[in-house]
Amino acid sequence: MTLEEISGRLQTGIPGCQVEMVINGSPSAQNSLLIDRHHGLAAARLLRDDLQLDFCSNVTAVDWPDREKTEKIKTKQIVDGVEKEVEETRKTTIPGYLEVVYHLFSMAKKEGPVVLRMRTGNRTDDASLPSVTPVWRSAEFQEREAFDLFGIVFEGHPDLRRILMWEGFTDHPMRKDYVPPPDDDFELSREQ
Amino acid sequence: MDQNLKTELSKHGIFATSFEELYNWGRKNSVWPLTFGLACCAIEMIATTMARYDLARFGAEVFRPSPRQADLMIVSGTVTKKMAPQVVRLYNQMPEPKYVIAMGACAISGGPFRDGYNVLKGIDRFIPVDVHIPGCPPRPEALIHAFMTLQDKISAQHLTGESRPRHLKADLPSEFPVPAFGEHGLEPAQNDEVFLNPLKVIQG
Repeated sequence: MTLEEISGRLQTGIPGCQVEMVINGSPSAQNSLLIDRHHGLAAARLLRDDLQLDFCSNVTAVDWPDREKTEKIKTKQIVDGVEKEVEETRKTTIPGYLEVVYHLFSMAKKEGPVVLRMRTGNRTDDASLPSVTPVWRSAEFQEREAFDLFGIVFEGHPDLRRILMWEGFTDHPMRKDYVPPPDDDFELSREQ
Repeated sequence: MDQNLKTELSKHGIFATSFEELYNWGRKNSVWPLTFGLACCAIEMIATTMARYDLARFGAEVFRPSPRQADLMIVSGTVTKKMAPQVVRLYNQMPEPKYVIAMGACAISGGPFRDGYNVLKGIDRFIPVDVHIPGCPPRPEALIHAFMTLQDKISAQHLTGESRPRHLKADLPSEFPVPAFGEHGLEPAQNDEVFLNPLKVIQG
């Protein structure tokens, strides 16, 4: 089953579900499906029950921090009574988000992987995604890991606790803007 | 006692020694390590104890499963921040005199994982280390060399006087504070009474 077919099945099977194909330009060409998070759980159920993607082998996450995009725009302005073409640089910030990536296989059909992605609203107060642990039990520990290291809150997870770092730790070390405590490494603090 | 006189006497079948020498000779040849491994260095440590390298030649074949019976802690591998309190606690539970070998790049400095958020950058931040072994992992010969270095260190210890070891000084601690899990890392990040802070050394 191709990714286009899966995308079509999701869109017809779940009303209102937005599915976007993310193209991977590298030689591996491992394209993936970006599913909108409000229909994530329904999409997971459909993929498991109807498309026999019965094994979730891998859950991981990516941190996309806020980006700044600079554009050069040519506009016509009147300078000293003469019309001139002036180049203007405009900066727009693209808000960041956290993205979770699932790798699905079908044991029944010996197919896979199908790569799914879901994105949070932002990186701070709207960093929640639906948990697929009720659908694939194998996602439980890996979603806990993504929660621990990235701070993605999985709604519907049966036991969402930190798994690698200790209870009471407040940071999320795999985020791009994580800074270790300054007294951690004397050589580094000397360079700064 | 003069060394030449001693050899001369031994030629005539007279064995002369001092109590200190005898005591240290006994101690250095029965150093029992703690059964305790953290990472890949532990595999080399195990290899050292097996028949090919045979650490038993040095009187250290008995790896004790309890810290109460052990004399030597071989910190063999990466110490994560989550593991560090347990390592310090095990050290505290060992009776004096006790010694520590920091085996491998990780145990002495964090090694290849130094930049990791979860790695303690050297066990000498919390407990006093007697012998450091570089290497990733060190070969069994290196561990044996470290062990012989420790034996030399033990046999050179004086039982009286100012230079006597820690366990014979009543006012020096035999236990060290166990770090707690903080919000951003271990609290404290190092024990200043043990750790030689390189920044403070440079600044004088």
